[in-house]
This record gives sequence, C-alpha cells and structure tokens, in this order.
Amino acid sequence: MSNDTQPAIVLEKVNKWFGQLHVLRDVSLNVGTGEKVVVCGPSGSGKSTLIRCINRLETHQEGRILVDGTELTDDTRALDTIRSEVGMVFQSFNLFPHLTILENCTLAPIWVRKMPKVEADALAMEFLTRVKIPEQALKYPGQLSGGQQQRVAIARALCMRPKIMLFDEPTSALDPEMIKEVLDTMIELAESGMTMVCVTHEMGFARQVADRVVFMDQGEIVESGEPESIFGNPQTDRLKLFLSQILRGH
Amino acid sequence: MSTATTTHAEVARREQPPMLVAGPLAWARTNLFNSIGSSLVTLALAYFLLKFAASFIDWAFLKSVWTVPMDPATGKLDPEACRAAKGTGACWAVIWDKYRFILFGRYPFDEQWRGAVVIVLFLGLFVVSAMRRFWRKELALIWIATLAAIGMLQWGGVFGLRYVPQDEWGGLPITLILATFGLAFAFPIAILVALGRRSTQLPAVKLLCVIYVEVIRGVPLISLLFMASVMFPLFMPAGMSPDKLLRAQVAIILFAAVYLAEVIRGGLQALPKGQYEAADALGLSYWRKTFLIILPQALRLVIPPLVNTFIGFFKDTSLVLIIGIFDLLTSGKVAVTDPIWQAFSTEVYIMLGLIYFCFCFSMSRYSRGLEREFSKSVRR
Repeated sequence: MSNDTQPAIVLEKVNKWFGQLHVLRDVSLNVGTGEKVVVCGPSGSGKSTLIRCINRLETHQEGRILVDGTELTDDTRALDTIRSEVGMVFQSFNLFPHLTILENCTLAPIWVRKMPKVEADALAMEFLTRVKIPEQALKYPGQLSGGQQQRVAIARALCMRPKIMLFDEPTSALDPEMIKEVLDTMIELAESGMTMVCVTHEMGFARQVADRVVFMDQGEIVESGEPESIFGNPQTDRLKLFLSQILRGH
Repeated sequence: MSTATTTHAEVARREQPPMLVAGPLAWARTNLFNSIGSSLVTLALAYFLLKFAASFIDWAFLKSVWTVPMDPATGKLDPEACRAAKGTGACWAVIWDKYRFILFGRYPFDEQWRGAVVIVLFLGLFVVSAMRRFWRKELALIWIATLAAIGMLQWGGVFGLRYVPQDEWGGLPITLILATFGLAFAFPIAILVALGRRSTQLPAVKLLCVIYVEVIRGVPLISLLFMASVMFPLFMPAGMSPDKLLRAQVAIILFAAVYLAEVIRGGLQALPKGQYEAADALGLSYWRKTFLIILPQALRLVIPPLVNTFIGFFKDTSLVLIIGIFDLLTSGKVAVTDPIWQAFSTEVYIMLGLIYFCFCFSMSRYSRGLEREFSKSVRR
C-alpha cells in the first residue's frame, strides 16, 4: 500500500535489554500510513515488547522510534500527546472496573481532549454501536463477557480518534467462541483504512487484512513480507519451525 | 395428564427445603449442637452468658440508684443512697450530677450550650458527608463553613459571644475536634506520601517519604505528644508559642498520616499493572491517571483497613490526657475526683465507653455498607 508517503511509525536500530536479557536486537521497521502490519513469533520473541515500545509503555535504550514524525523521548508532555494519537488494545482488556462502559469510553475524550460531556457521550455511543454493543453502555465491565469487554476496549481506544491502533494479542485471553466477534471488529476497522500494528497468532486474520507480516524470533526481525510469501514460502528454518507449530496447534 | 400433575406437585414440594436444612432450627443444629462436645460447650456458655447478663441487669437497672437527694443546708448532693447500694447496684446519680462536666469539661458553665451546638454540628457534618448524594464539590464548602462555625462557637469573642480561651475547652468537643481535624488533614497528606513512596521518577521525594514514614512510625504517639507539648516550645522564640491544642493536633495529624499512608500504599500495590498501562495508553497525565483511575480503585480495596485505622485514631485521641488536654476521657477522669463521687468511677467509665462505642460502631457499620455498595457496581 502507500508505504513511502509519510511513515506513521519508524523504528531505527532499536535495542532493548531487561537487565542482562537482550530483548530487542537492532529492530528496524517502517509502517506506512494506512498500512496493516501483523507481528508474529514464538513467545519470548520480543513481539509484545516491540509493540509496547511504540507508545513507550516500555522504554528502549538504543536507536530511535518516531511516531507520526515525533521522536519518543523522556519529554512527558510530548509523550502524552503521542499516546493520545495511538490507541492500544491489550490482551487482558484492562477496562476500568469502577466505571461504566460509557464512562470508560468518554473518560479520555473528556479529560485529554477537553470534549464537552454531551459530545463525548454521543461519540462513545457511535463507537459502541460500531462494535455492536450500544445496549451495554450503562453496565460495568465485570458484567460483560470477555469478547464484549475486548470490543469495548477497542471502542474506548477509537473514541480518541487515533491515527494508529496497536493490538497486543487481543484474542489470546478469549474463549474460542468469542475470538471471531473481536476479529470481525478488527477486520472492519482495517477496512476503514486505519493504520494498524497487531501482535497476533490468528493467521486467518493476517492473510485477510495484513499488508505485511513480520516474523520475530529472539528479539530480532527474521523475515518480513506479504502474508502469502511468509506463510506460503518461508525462507528460514526458524519461520518454518514456527509455522509448523502454529499449524499443528490449529 | 395425571402423571404430569403429580410431577408438578412433586416439584413444588421439592422447592420447599426440608425442615432441617434451612431455618433457625437447622442453623442451631449445624452450628451449636452438631456433636455431643459442641452441645456441652453451647450449654455451658449459654449458662454463663445468662448468669452474667442477669447480674448485670440487676446491677445496672434493678438495684441501681438513679437520683440522690440534695442536702438543703449545703446545697450539695448527699450520696448516702449510693454508698448503701455500693456493690449491689449502680449509682447513675453520678452521671446525672456530672454529665455536663464530662461532656464539656471546664468550659464556662453558662456557655456550655455552645459546646452542645458544636457536638450537633459535628454529628450533622458526619451524617451529611456519609450520604453519597452529597458527594460533590459543594461538600468541601459545607466542611469549611461548619468548621469555621465550630471555631467561632468554641472561641467566641464575636457576635456578643464571650471569649473562652483554649485551655478552658474540654470534653467531647475536644475529642471530636482532634479526631475530625486529625483525620481530615492526615488523609490528603497520607495520599501524597503513599504516592511519593511509590514514585520511580523522583527518588529524592521517595526517600523523604520513606524517612518520614519510618521515623514517625518508629516512635509511640505518646512521645510525639510529649515532644509537641514540652520540647517544641523550647525551640520557639519567647512568646511565640502556638497553643497546646494546636500542637497536639499537629502531632496527631503527622502520626495518623503515616498509618493511613501505609494502608493506601497497600491499595496502590494491589492494583493490576494493566490499569496503570491502560490509563497511560490513553494519554492521561500522571495526576489525572492517579485521581480518575488509580485512587478510586485503590481506596475501595482498602476500606476495611482504612476504617480500622480511623477507629483506632478516634480512640487514640484520648492519649492527649497525658499532656493535660481536657478531652472526653480526661473530663470523665476529673469528674470522679469530686470527693462525694470518688467511689463511683465505674459508672462514669461505662458511660464514656458507650460514647466511644457509639462513634466507632457507626464508623464500622457505615464502612460495611459502603463496601457492599461498591461491590455491587464492581462485580468482577
């Protein structure tokens, strides 16, 4: 797709250590505006760390990360601005249990975007309708199923009208029958032209929406390319091994 | 058709639990008489309980002396009837004679209605603050107005009220002032200290908080009160000594803040990391994240230990008696130094105990209600 106009995310030779453990090794990656990138790899490969570095939930120690043209540094004000432009969906939903579904969605628009409450409520209802659960608006997160909670989490992120959406294994904590409803929501979002980076093992989803699949192992990007070539014609042994394990699992 | 009706009847009968599964009888059977040993213990305890209750009722109500006659010649009460009943019946006449001294201490007798109004204002303030429908910004104004009115009533000197210096204050208003101001000021300090102690970005602030907590927690409240009342004035320039009550109040605030801070820190630690990350990911600033997401959840988690600390401090205010402040307990103690009532301190202490119990038990019940309320909305 439109890779080269203005990259939404740029990673240049990013390195990160947890103590002695080298979790990201010279990772370089460009994500163009509107591009959908799926990151996959075995557990411990650094894929979650990579995506969490993009909105600085983790700090990198070497290299540069630019999001929407701004470099991530210790400047907290710039960071809050970047974070408000980047939506994130977590594996464990992380809805705020003391707030209703509607309040979960309107919190950031009201307090970060300074939107009037009426307007924020309307916006939240619009996105809750898009993820097909407007009728749950006044319930609390604990009263919803996992799939519903994850769709609320997507709506909550979308209410900030982000330019980029990050998904960190969004379906891994869900019961099998709920995975589809979340994936359908994500596919719809992808079709609307959103820039997306997804860490996921859902190969069907990757084939359907990804412009590019990035395979990581032991902290480095081993292969990247279009889904058909990655899945159909793996070049390295590590990817072949990974694919065989994934396919056996399915 | 007939089989269907029988099944229906059977189902209906099934829905009624058998006699010995539910109901008070079944409860008694499973909890009190489920074995021979347990039955014996139950019976023995019941025997002692009834015997104690009977003798207490006998002492407190049946054989007790409620009033004693006044000697017309001297105008003093004659405690002869009480002395006669000593050992078998309570002498409530002491309360009747001394209740104003117990409640208001050495506050000028004619002005004690002001103390009564202060108590009513405090109770009103507690009741209003306890109701969730008043939990909004205006509540802060109500607090400021009420506390100002309380100060005005206690000191006087305006609106034609006689000026009453602080060392003449006493009784229940002092206890309520120490406890209310103490916890009201300690709570925000405690939140800041708890946050400071968990700060990763500001190591100096963290160190200060740790030192504050460890130093204050390491000494008894009594020694802090002594420091405030005896040592602190030595460091002040002559004639520049804030009054004794204020110094004790500050000591109580500093002490309570430490304990509350540690309780709140426990709540902060119990929150899953994902809550912090989700708030960060939305671009909320540190203070918004803290006040909108973290504290509301952390404080709910620690309601039981918080209230435990509150109750403890309400009673600990009575320690100010060692630096000569006339709180409720001190007033009661002084009241029974009156030669005619010296033998009847038990009755006075029972009354003091009842007053403390009423306040502490209300706090405890209220917190139970609050927990239930919150657990209804946050079902995980």
